[in-house]
Amino acid sequence: MTGSIFNIPFLAVAALIGIALYIIISQRNLIKLVMGITILESGVNLFLITLGYRAAGITPIYTHAPEGVMVLPVPQALTLTSIVIGVATTALMLSMLVLTYRHTGDIDSEKSRRMKG
Amino acid sequence: MSKIVRTISNLLILFILTFGLYVIMHGHMTPGGGFPGGAVVASGIALLIVAFGSHHVQKTLKEHHFAILKSSGLLIFIGLAFGGIGAAFFYNFLVGSPIFGHIPPYGPNPGDVWTGGSSTIMNIAVGIIVSAGLSAIVLVMALATGKER
Amino acid sequence: MRKSAAVISLSILVAFLIASALLIHPFGYPPSQMDDYIIQNAQGESGANSVVDTIVFDYRGFDTLGEATILFTAVTGVVMLFRKRKKETTN
Repeated sequence: MTGSIFNIPFLAVAALIGIALYIIISQRNLIKLVMGITILESGVNLFLITLGYRAAGITPIYTHAPEGVMVLPVPQALTLTSIVIGVATTALMLSMLVLTYRHTGDIDSEKSRRMKG
Repeated sequence: MSKIVRTISNLLILFILTFGLYVIMHGHMTPGGGFPGGAVVASGIALLIVAFGSHHVQKTLKEHHFAILKSSGLLIFIGLAFGGIGAAFFYNFLVGSPIFGHIPPYGPNPGDVWTGGSSTIMNIAVGIIVSAGLSAIVLVMALATGKER
Repeated sequence: MRKSAAVISLSILVAFLIASALLIHPFGYPPSQMDDYIIQNAQGESGANSVVDTIVFDYRGFDTLGEATILFTAVTGVVMLFRKRKKETTN
């Protein structure tokens, strides 16, 4: 049976994703919804980095490197891409929120539901 | 903003731009590279917008300057990708040639700037794309939600 | 009715996440066959000191091309949403 009870970083990832999904389901204010999506992206980035940790490892760079084994470099490269995509998505969501407020005058998702001409 | 904030931000913008350029250019020897270096340069321009107001900054740095920089950075990136098309799509065709072509010995060593191949020039192209793009986003959103005159 | 369905599905998903976090490999000893080859040969094949930079631009350069395109498209969309319409003046 693989696995252990001391995987504390993976339990933290599960807690972050659970809290973010609860925020997305239950909140009506649109700004709080955007905050919930940002917390979900942070949880996924944390999961990618903690997949590739070796016990007592050093940075995977050869300039003035001390003695020891290196941690895995491929998950770090994938996390760089994921962070930039999260920034682009958040910028687009916030600008659409500003336009919704100008058009209907309200940022409650139940009240600004019908499309007005 | 008050006179103290404007004077200090006039002095700090030089150091921020130099540090951002250092992180971009040494991407193949130290942690960092194109993406964090571009974010540092964009945060320096955000400091200027906060200290001086967006209408004052918009008289010098217009938004179509950022569009020209963004498009030319992406064109340089795609042109370097097609450079070694004889072997593969993203082939590193500058290893061994006198431009950025030294090969370091195996194991820990003090770094050499002239190594890296075509990935060093790709770092500069991605730094231009990210800094121009994020500065354009910050400037446009600060103009649209500020005080209307 | 909708609230109870949402609570039940959320609790099933969180239970699945916690169970899989306890059954994954022990933290600190990952399986690594591809990364051993990359750490051994990245300095000789591409000539840069930093293995992460070589992976981002040389071994997995196609993902970086896709990400630059996503950033370009998102910035174009934000700038397009905030344009002012010029009022036409009729003579």
